[in-house]
Amino acid sequence: MPATIEEAALHTRRIVAKPMPRVTDLSARGEPMTWLLGGALALGCTMIIGFLMLVFWNGIVTFWPKQVPVVTLTDGQVVAGEAFRTEEYRLGAEQLKDLPAEIRTRIAAASGFASRTLYRTGNYDIYNEDFRWVSDFQVAKTEAPRDIFFFERLEWGAFVGRITSVDLAGTALSGGDDDRLSRAHIQARARLQRIRQIEHDEIGAANYAVEQDRLRVRRAVLSYGEAAPEVAAVRAEVEKRAAGFKRDYDALAAEAQRLKADDERYRITLAEIGGREKTLKLSDLVRFYPANALGIFDKLAIYLSRWGEFLTDAPREANTEGGVLPAIFGTAAMTLLMVIVVAPFGIITALYLREYAKQGRLVSIVRISVNNLAGVPSIVYGVFGLGFFAYILGGSIDQIFFSERLPGPTFGTGGLLWASLTLALLTVPVVIVATEEALAAVPRSMREGSLACGASKWQTIRYIVLPRAMPGIMTGLILAMARGAGEVAPLMLVGVVKLAPELPIDGFFPYVHLERSFMHLGFHIFDVGFQSRNSEAGKPMVFVTTLLLIALIAGMNATAIVVRNRLKRKFVGSQF
Amino acid sequence: MATALKRNPTDATQDATVYHVKPGEDGVNFSVSDFDLWYGAKQALFDIAMDVQKGVVTSLIGPSGCGKSTLLRCMNRMNDLIDGLRIKGSMKLDGADIYAPGVDVIALRKRMGMVFQKPNPFPMSIYENIVYPLRIDGLRDKALLDEACETALKGAAVWNEAKDRLNESALGLSGGQQQRLCIARAIAANPEVLLMDEPCSALDPIATAKIEELIDELKGRYTIIIVTHSMQQAARVSNNTAFMYLGRLVEYGATDTVFTNPKLERTQDYITGRFG
Repeated sequence: MPATIEEAALHTRRIVAKPMPRVTDLSARGEPMTWLLGGALALGCTMIIGFLMLVFWNGIVTFWPKQVPVVTLTDGQVVAGEAFRTEEYRLGAEQLKDLPAEIRTRIAAASGFASRTLYRTGNYDIYNEDFRWVSDFQVAKTEAPRDIFFFERLEWGAFVGRITSVDLAGTALSGGDDDRLSRAHIQARARLQRIRQIEHDEIGAANYAVEQDRLRVRRAVLSYGEAAPEVAAVRAEVEKRAAGFKRDYDALAAEAQRLKADDERYRITLAEIGGREKTLKLSDLVRFYPANALGIFDKLAIYLSRWGEFLTDAPREANTEGGVLPAIFGTAAMTLLMVIVVAPFGIITALYLREYAKQGRLVSIVRISVNNLAGVPSIVYGVFGLGFFAYILGGSIDQIFFSERLPGPTFGTGGLLWASLTLALLTVPVVIVATEEALAAVPRSMREGSLACGASKWQTIRYIVLPRAMPGIMTGLILAMARGAGEVAPLMLVGVVKLAPELPIDGFFPYVHLERSFMHLGFHIFDVGFQSRNSEAGKPMVFVTTLLLIALIAGMNATAIVVRNRLKRKFVGSQF
Repeated sequence: MATALKRNPTDATQDATVYHVKPGEDGVNFSVSDFDLWYGAKQALFDIAMDVQKGVVTSLIGPSGCGKSTLLRCMNRMNDLIDGLRIKGSMKLDGADIYAPGVDVIALRKRMGMVFQKPNPFPMSIYENIVYPLRIDGLRDKALLDEACETALKGAAVWNEAKDRLNESALGLSGGQQQRLCIARAIAANPEVLLMDEPCSALDPIATAKIEELIDELKGRYTIIIVTHSMQQAARVSNNTAFMYLGRLVEYGATDTVFTNPKLERTQDYITGRFG
């Protein structure tokens, strides 16, 4: 320390006299760090955008109708099909040996590589394969004849070939009459729709009533004993009704039989490119089009009709064809149910932890445990959900309320409710952490203002703290929703199935059936992509379904974000 | 002052509080005696003893950290929220000890309004802000609420600015308007005492002048206790002034006397700006 003013002045002068550097050091300016951070951000963004683009593009183009070229090979074979993809491959010595010298030199010049194309030939029932590789050097010529059709069938997948003959209940249709053919096809589809309606909905309703009666008898037996007069009364009543049901059933079955016999008379004969023929019912065709003779509007119409089928129909052909409506419905229902469960639990827990509990060691331990719950593998939650929710809770519910249905489980197996609860358990840490942070961010001055007005603690929380924290809480719910909707592993244990026969909502009391197993887009992706007969055929569906799942989650999040922003505008204005 | 003041043995330099006025018992609203306060192990208030007169403005002045806000916040038990806080001594409102066991803190706070350093309107409409203290009491009658709102806003001199936008968010008001709104909210439920914790420290001079005018108008209707950092403000608005230093009440008396003729040198030094 300078002792006198003179000394202090001298000291100052010494500091000033030190030579100043002309250029600031690069590390001092922090530029390299900025570049590093920017680069890391760019890398992250590129990965995310690249992934989304991949899914988006593949999902978008899948349903666009493609050309069906007819390829004649050098050995005289003919291949017809959609060009699926092209790749370079290295030929083995064994293959090279058999090739003509000229081709061998060409391949050698390309350092052992040749190009080949995968054609989706369809006709699985005839060829025993859906796809075929064709190497470029095998090709003699490629044409695009206008009379080649692409057929989508209810069974056996696609068919590629020509129409040989059409038999419309005895009248043969001449080759070029496309109008009459498509009219007949629409009628045939309508007939099939009607048959399905009778078999599924109407006979289903009759079966449901019969089953309800059986359960009534069983319930009476369980509560009164086998020989009681009450049971006899119920039995008599049920038997009286049963005759009516039988009559209804017989009428419906006869109607269905008649329609089916009618349907059998409309037939179409197809021929694959090599000339082998296949005759099938007209109603077995979902859609067909002359692949090489389509205008842009025809293509667009087919494209939209495929999207329509995808979004509004049930799946068929082991999920690789048809729609995903049950899966969309299951995903949305499960996610919403999960949010409904997780929101009160998470918010109440966080409220107690932050507002009421005495902040000490115990609360810290609870908080750390909650945070660590987020790191438990999700499959463990699935095991817990199955063991606790389905077997213990659901089993008890069955014992008490549905004893007449035992040994068949009602709630005692995986289902929509248990899946939602399991996911709620999985996502509750996210909600708790977000809510706690939102509560902590409510300014102290707000609470004090309310308390000073003579409000109790609960009134302060209810009227001041919660509304103010709501946007933050919503953020937590959004994160939980995104996490929950994308989760697959635990669901496989607690209620998701490959193919659910019924939606969880239908016309029978109590209309919402939370005990039913359901379909889920995430599991659908796994199933189609990796569990189906032909994973190559399932690949486009994987992309489309992924796109749909992302869109669904994005849609739900967007809704929540809109709500949150409205709350934010309402409750968190600028302070000055 | 009836109570014999104890001296803190750890601080020998500390003199006993100097009192200029000794108001009669009937005029006393708040009576603090032997009041000590600890934050954990740290003692923040030593031996405070003061009587606050009914219907006048009493200002608490002193350098930062001297305990004046702490003392104010003890008066409506806002300090209850702080963990590890301990008090000793008594604080009486109209003769009843507010720290006695079994006191209904919520009812106690309803008898007092409080205005904070930073305006803290709730994120609701202006109207809802004002009627909040009434709503939480369960008042539902729209006509009564409307009347209370108008009275409070007029009482806080913000009616003219706010009457056309009662249903707009209170957060859209300017800082000064927000603070007057908070005063309106504090008086909406007809309290007896108004506690103000540096109400002008976040405001510009014009807004400050308006608040001071308002305090002048409210004088007589409420017992007002105001904590302030501004000596001029204390001199302008208050009848009585208490000077605090290092957790002790140093000098307490009529504002004129304390400012013009302080008995202690330390008070003199602070008031003239020699330290603070």
